[in-house]
Amino acid sequence: MNIFDKFMSLDRRWVFLFLIIVCVIAHRMDYEVPILVEPEVQSIYDRIESLEPGEIVFIPLDYDPGSMAELHPMAYAIIEQCWRKDLKVIITALSQNGPGLADQALREIADSVKLDRTYNGVFFEGREIVNGIDYCFLGYKPYPSMVILAMGQDFRIPFPLDYYGTPVDSIPMMQGVKNYDDIACAINISATNSTDYWISYGQARFNFPLAVGITGVSVAQYYPYLGSGQLFGLMGGMLGAAEYEELADNPGPAKKGMKVQLPAHMVIIGFVLLGNIGFFMSKRRKKRDSNVGGN
Amino acid sequence: MDFGTFLWTTFAAFLTLATFSFLYKDNPFYKFAEHLVVGTSAGYFIIILWHNGLVQKLAYNSLEDGTWYLLWLDSSKPLYLIPAFLGILMWTRFSSKYAWISRWPMAMYIGIGAGVAVPLEMKARVNEQLFAMLRPIDWANFFGHDGMTLFERVVDIGSGMSQIIVFGGAIAALVYFFFSKAHTGVVGGVAKFGIWILMIGFGASFGFTVMARISLFINRIQYMDDVWINAAFDSTNENYHAGFQVMFWLIALLVVGYTIKEIVEHLSNKSKPDAAA
Repeated sequence: MNIFDKFMSLDRRWVFLFLIIVCVIAHRMDYEVPILVEPEVQSIYDRIESLEPGEIVFIPLDYDPGSMAELHPMAYAIIEQCWRKDLKVIITALSQNGPGLADQALREIADSVKLDRTYNGVFFEGREIVNGIDYCFLGYKPYPSMVILAMGQDFRIPFPLDYYGTPVDSIPMMQGVKNYDDIACAINISATNSTDYWISYGQARFNFPLAVGITGVSVAQYYPYLGSGQLFGLMGGMLGAAEYEELADNPGPAKKGMKVQLPAHMVIIGFVLLGNIGFFMSKRRKKRDSNVGGN
Repeated sequence: MDFGTFLWTTFAAFLTLATFSFLYKDNPFYKFAEHLVVGTSAGYFIIILWHNGLVQKLAYNSLEDGTWYLLWLDSSKPLYLIPAFLGILMWTRFSSKYAWISRWPMAMYIGIGAGVAVPLEMKARVNEQLFAMLRPIDWANFFGHDGMTLFERVVDIGSGMSQIIVFGGAIAALVYFFFSKAHTGVVGGVAKFGIWILMIGFGASFGFTVMARISLFINRIQYMDDVWINAAFDSTNENYHAGFQVMFWLIALLVVGYTIKEIVEHLSNKSKPDAAA
């Protein structure tokens, strides 16, 4: 067995082990990788920056703990940006294991906003975020497509009460807010096919400005909607989250994670190349051996 | 740090290691973590569904007087009785004698779902995409805009070309799926270009998928290192707790013990054929 055959029969566990070692070392090392912001991420940031205090941003957080690595940083960066700008936020969680995660995120972001901070050279004084005034968390309801359609008529149809059991009619920031006509834009952060529902049953039916933040697995399939103008922005996976953190000048786990992504991808590319070289060389040797045998 | 946070932080670290142990091979620790996820997810879902779905839609507890009101007795919500009744009929599936009754709510659900979906899906996924394909070409993208340098104009040709590539690629991919004519000659050439376009799309998906999977691993490394190990060994950390160190060494002992057991088993299996010989 020569070295190329060894490449072909390499136990996958060696690949895992090598990748784990590389990732841990990269995580422990102190360095940064440059983040280049794509226009589709910039447009989401610009849209939020262009809103006036008091306007409402609708942020459905449709993901569960399995996808929090990619999507939680997006939610943190966007919601913090909204609250720093005195925007109001309506949140839903249409993934069945997601409401607790969304609630945790809201509490942690609210704690962060209490502190004085400077973003992109602009000073923001810390303030208390109040449930019902700065945000309304509607929670979970089953069957996202029907919930999205119903909210187009009135948020109160699928959500008579918010996540904490307060009647939506008695929530101060929801006074005069009926449906999607009353929001400035929606940014769906999703790990499920609820993004499809938001495009088909939400944006296509009610024509409100929609952007999405999605997992890396599904990014490629949503680019056509960006090209057609159905989406005004798109953030894909941890890279999209890191780009947003860079734009918002609010570095978090996504930006920190990109220094691990880079060497991890290099290792994977290296193994793909080795595997392919092994495959073609073995094929070539077999062909040569069969020619020799034939003669 | 309170004992609850300490316990759950350590338990999360243990479950992370138990889950990743599957990369080596299936084992009792992985099985435990897997069953725990399935069980807690199902339990959590039922409670969320009960409180956020059934209770909110059919009854609610007034904050003012603490009384429970049934919404179907409220004059504004009598129609809620109909879906509630249809939902109850779904449970007849558990009876072989009355299972046929569940077809009625099922028929209604499928009928409404299809009726709502067809026009909206057609609009969002077909019509809008077609309109985007039929937009006139912006020639300014090919030759640059006023004020651009020569270099910028040359680079800008790329953005113009992308319109042509998207249009040509979409047509070629559609031709590949057109099976009423043999893929020979011009049609075969266009179909082959279509395959290349599809392969590039799959390649992009693969690349993003790799990034997604690595992201999940990075998140766990960040948790293990920044939260758990830091809380165990960094006395300046706000969550520092000496108990973490005990748990850390206990889990490390477990990992080392399991590794030694595996090595011993591996070596004894390796020596068996020699012994027989």
